[in-house]
Amino acid sequence: MKLTDTEIADNYNDVWVLGEVVDGQIHKVTLELLGVARKLADKRASGNSKVVCLLMGNKVNGLEKNLFYQSADRVIMVEDESLKYFNDLIYAAVVSRLIKKYKPEIVISGATSKGRSLMPLVAVQIETGLTADCTGLDIDEESGLLLQTRPAYGGNIIATIKCENHRPQMSTVRQGVFKAVEADNSRTGELIREGVLEEEKQTRFTVLSEESYGEDSKISLHDANIIVTGGRGVKSPEGFKIIHALAESVRGAVGATRATIDSGWISYSHQVGQTGLTVQPKVYIACGVSGQIQHLVGMQSSDFIIAINKDPDAPIMQLADVAIVGDLFEVVPEITKLMSN
Amino acid sequence: MKIVVCVKQVPATTEVSIDPETKRLIREGVSIEMNPFDTYALEQGILLREKHGGEVIVLSMGPARAELTIRESIACGADRGVLLNGRPLGGSDTYATSYILSQGIKKIGDVDLVICGKQAVDGDTAQVGPGMAAHLGWPQVTYVSRFVESGPLELKLERMHENGSDISLVKLPAVLTVLKDVNIPRIPTLKGRLNSRKVDITIWDEKDLETDPEKIGLGGSPTRVVSTRKPDARDKHTIVLNGSASNSARELVQILKSRIEL
Repeated sequence: MKLTDTEIADNYNDVWVLGEVVDGQIHKVTLELLGVARKLADKRASGNSKVVCLLMGNKVNGLEKNLFYQSADRVIMVEDESLKYFNDLIYAAVVSRLIKKYKPEIVISGATSKGRSLMPLVAVQIETGLTADCTGLDIDEESGLLLQTRPAYGGNIIATIKCENHRPQMSTVRQGVFKAVEADNSRTGELIREGVLEEEKQTRFTVLSEESYGEDSKISLHDANIIVTGGRGVKSPEGFKIIHALAESVRGAVGATRATIDSGWISYSHQVGQTGLTVQPKVYIACGVSGQIQHLVGMQSSDFIIAINKDPDAPIMQLADVAIVGDLFEVVPEITKLMSN
Repeated sequence: MKIVVCVKQVPATTEVSIDPETKRLIREGVSIEMNPFDTYALEQGILLREKHGGEVIVLSMGPARAELTIRESIACGADRGVLLNGRPLGGSDTYATSYILSQGIKKIGDVDLVICGKQAVDGDTAQVGPGMAAHLGWPQVTYVSRFVESGPLELKLERMHENGSDISLVKLPAVLTVLKDVNIPRIPTLKGRLNSRKVDITIWDEKDLETDPEKIGLGGSPTRVVSTRKPDARDKHTIVLNGSASNSARELVQILKSRIEL
């Protein structure tokens, strides 16, 4: 809803993180968002902005402790059997109702498939703006507004976006963009319980069953300290064998560029970049990757980047900490051999 | 079955760049195309019509030249097209855009199903599909990877998420966003191409749509782009190794081992 300045100043305070649970655990992106939410709340001049995590699911009791450790001041918990599967409509109805009740100033969620399905529904239901896939969030010192930064046009442009007259200000953020704070096991906070209304459970959509991939390669990409990525230079599905071998020797995960996936050399779950995953490993080894902007936006925050390419002028070679000019089919097996010893 | 497929005309993103002096998007010479994800939505609409009968209406909001993208969809097999075009509609964010499109769907009338691609490659927000569902008050099913069963009143669908998938039932009318996995889009036939040149495209502006002036365009958008810039160039010193493969590998491994121990 469009609001006047006084309505905004008087009513809207806290920074909310929509928590996500995967296989009974708090999703990593939720912890990362609590880290940035803490910074945002502390920057608000009002001084009474709290970090609140809204946690929903059918089995979430007990998970609040971790949220307090990771800087939540308050946890609003909604535990209900109807939340067992992800029914966007039930989730959105509850989130919209609670936002209207508690009036947070900022609401952020992971840009996961669930977050990206739920947040736009909620934003329209409560009539406010939403910025997708933010890579930067900050408070404008002068206006106190949330500055939301995101790439557009395939990462060729970085735009800064504001939501001035509507509340809350809402954003989704990809996993790996922000870092979680160190857990402080002495921290505690306030726990509030809310429920799901009967009428919110009546929807024209029903999830019948769910299948989990378990230890999926995407998760290992997120968790890996080292990622070895193959690009067009790998040339064929067989070419990926030496990429897998190097990844194995350094206990890392295998990444891939869109070109290799579109060519059918490796599955989509390995894709790093604009339309794949954003990763931030300690070491990123790009083999035969030219470094199109769409790929770079997904990996440029890696701590240490190594590029192996025949072309010394490839964009990835400018971004790299170490650039090896050479044939990956000669260099990569040499590295694997040395690392295996 | 009355099916609306939403399509967007987008610049080919690999060609987009910023003028270093004016800091504006260089539009000249950049080719335009149908948002690649929308081709799967269109194909799915045509497949459902082939099975259940009815019609496929292509809906787009954009400048007059977006008519080309609508004609391309008709060449592939859509029955007709509607273009939402008017100066006051320009500058709309995803909230306003989804509102305008939902008004178009209401005006088309008696729609059973709206199908969109999972996102457009220029904005990459994936927000307009769910936004329409919210404006219409219809259920949404996002990230659809498979049509398990389809009936005239209900669809059984598979959705994908990062660590798995689920099977769900949705009662129509509904809004779907589909992934590449759902089908393989067909190529226009010669007959389709000829037909697409003759068909009249319906054009509606903000008056035809009876949109609330407070909810459209730049002024009706809750979010506003306040600045744009080029992505940061990483200001760093690169160590270049260009000796023999074995020498480079040895030097790298020394550096790498010190990093891994950290």
